Amino acid sequence: MSWYLSLPLILPFVTAIICYLLRERAIGAWISVAGSAVGLVAAVALMALVLDHGVVAGQMGNWPAPFGITLVADLLSAVMVLITAITALAVAIYALSDVDARHGRFGYHALFQILIAGVTGAFLTGDLFNLYVWFEVMLIASFGLLVLNGGKEQIDGGVKYVVLNLVSTIIFLMGIGLLYGQTGTLNFADLAIKVREVENQALLTVIAMMFMVAFGVKAAAFPVFFWLPAAYHTPSFSVSAVFAGLLTKVGVYALMRMFTLVFDHDIGYTHTILLWVACLTMVTGVLGAAAQSDFRKILSFHIISQIGYMILGLAIYTPLALVGAVFYLVHHIIVKANLFLIAGISQRLTGGSDVYKIGGLYKASPFLAVLFLIPAFSLAGFPPLSGFWAKYVIVKASLDEGLWVVAFIALAVGLMTIYSMTKIWAEAFWKPHPDGIEPKLATLPGRAALLVPVIFLAVLTMVIGLMPDPFVEFATRASVQLLDSTAYITAVLGEDAIAAPVPDLDDLPTTEILEVEQ
Amino acid sequence: MKSIILIAGSRLLVALLTVFSVYMLLRGHNQPGGGFIGGLVAAVGFVIFAIACGTEDARKALRFRPTDIAAVGLGMALFAGIMAAIWSDAFFTGQWLFINATPEDKGIPLSSVLIFDVGVFLVVLGSVLAIVFALEEEV
Repeated sequence: MSWYLSLPLILPFVTAIICYLLRERAIGAWISVAGSAVGLVAAVALMALVLDHGVVAGQMGNWPAPFGITLVADLLSAVMVLITAITALAVAIYALSDVDARHGRFGYHALFQILIAGVTGAFLTGDLFNLYVWFEVMLIASFGLLVLNGGKEQIDGGVKYVVLNLVSTIIFLMGIGLLYGQTGTLNFADLAIKVREVENQALLTVIAMMFMVAFGVKAAAFPVFFWLPAAYHTPSFSVSAVFAGLLTKVGVYALMRMFTLVFDHDIGYTHTILLWVACLTMVTGVLGAAAQSDFRKILSFHIISQIGYMILGLAIYTPLALVGAVFYLVHHIIVKANLFLIAGISQRLTGGSDVYKIGGLYKASPFLAVLFLIPAFSLAGFPPLSGFWAKYVIVKASLDEGLWVVAFIALAVGLMTIYSMTKIWAEAFWKPHPDGIEPKLATLPGRAALLVPVIFLAVLTMVIGLMPDPFVEFATRASVQLLDSTAYITAVLGEDAIAAPVPDLDDLPTTEILEVEQ
Repeated sequence: MKSIILIAGSRLLVALLTVFSVYMLLRGHNQPGGGFIGGLVAAVGFVIFAIACGTEDARKALRFRPTDIAAVGLGMALFAGIMAAIWSDAFFTGQWLFINATPEDKGIPLSSVLIFDVGVFLVVLGSVLAIVFALEEEV
């Protein structure tokens, strides 16, 4: 059974090695596509297994938890692995046309596959130290991809990206050290049990805040999001699509994992901070987008505002809110990656990425315009697209809790999102090209490889939008697993791991509490 | 800058370091050492050679491109992990073969762990040399 867990990790590495050794030849790009396709099959198999058996855990090298390397897949992990594989396949196909032979020679396809391995590893790992390792794998691969073009702009974006991410890594590593000092373990399931026995709960809250900052940087939450808009508009379009879709979501996933499974001891404190962070992230992101005119910079700021919604779902911390967060996570990866891919096609057609300096895309291809409208409106939350249901669940969850202001902010940010999307629509699609160029999609070389992934992802958005029931039901099951860690812990540590529960101070009579304090 | 003293010294040092790196690699399973440290020691050998005689000669002495060595090493390490599937164990479970084993003595132990370590050795050697050669040639 453990092979179901390790295959989604092994396959990208094998593909990366083959791609690297064959980097001089054109076939490298096709191997990347084939490897991603096989990876998708492995992810589907893992998903089927998790749907069937509940939480699945595997011990690498047969060393038992909490000492060995544990891979765990609950529903959230499995769906993230699946969506990663889908995005990887879409981007690998897109790269057939987007990435030229020169970048292939520099090892683009190998780095891309290693990035996918890093993301998948972060979703599957069952202990904190390996989460750190997978973050590093992702960071190294993404830095390589960022500077592959070697231009001044790329190096500039890449350095900002790496420096700020390294700061996050250092805080993360310090947090790991302190947590290990307090509990003597780093295995998630073991931590979930041991943190309840820690005497100094205040110190635990401090450690929790360190993790919040570290993952907040990775997720591009307010006020530590600066690296994202500085870097995401510089690399090639296929690279920025996979960055936009996946990298920040790893941070959100890590937040969701840690602040449901391990740090749920002081929800009143930590999750209130998360609530403020979420609201400020939404607002600053969408305001930043309104001020931009570069196609990808607008989209980059929208990533930030959308991250706010996901953190909001975690911060409200009711079952319904977590359903919204999980749903949002999945929907957003598809939509955002798709928008970046479309930005790439638009750049090819019009020769620019500043929306005020390009135009005529609607005339070039009404079909492309429709393909843009689907993810754009989904992002803004138009019914019946996937974004509507995601926003609906989150707003409903905040209203249920009586958080009127939060619900208002969430809705207002949705409205502001439409403003930016209309700006792209009016400038890039509707008005004629200011230079008098008449772009034509029908004569664009390599258009099949560019359009197939875009259509595929748009259809996926439509399917989630028109048939939300199974997806919401799935998200409900995933959030139930997040809130009740019993299944996760027993899957990793065995049935008798939580046989002897630690007495909860609230359940004891008052006299006994006094005795404990003395 | 070519220094005769360094060139003469490097002949001795490079051979010594390369042999020592293999020794470090092989003793690594139960004692301090292993693929990572062995790879570093081997890389130091080639770095000294590159400083003494230039990167062009060092590249020739290495025969393969450093990044290719690293990629092959990664492949070996993965292969050592995947081998466990043949015995239907979990990924990266160590597989052992004891040659001439008697009840008192384990004989010559051969393991998939060694293949993994050799892979790590090559990854470290390849990636360190790729970086050092690139820096040396930049000037």
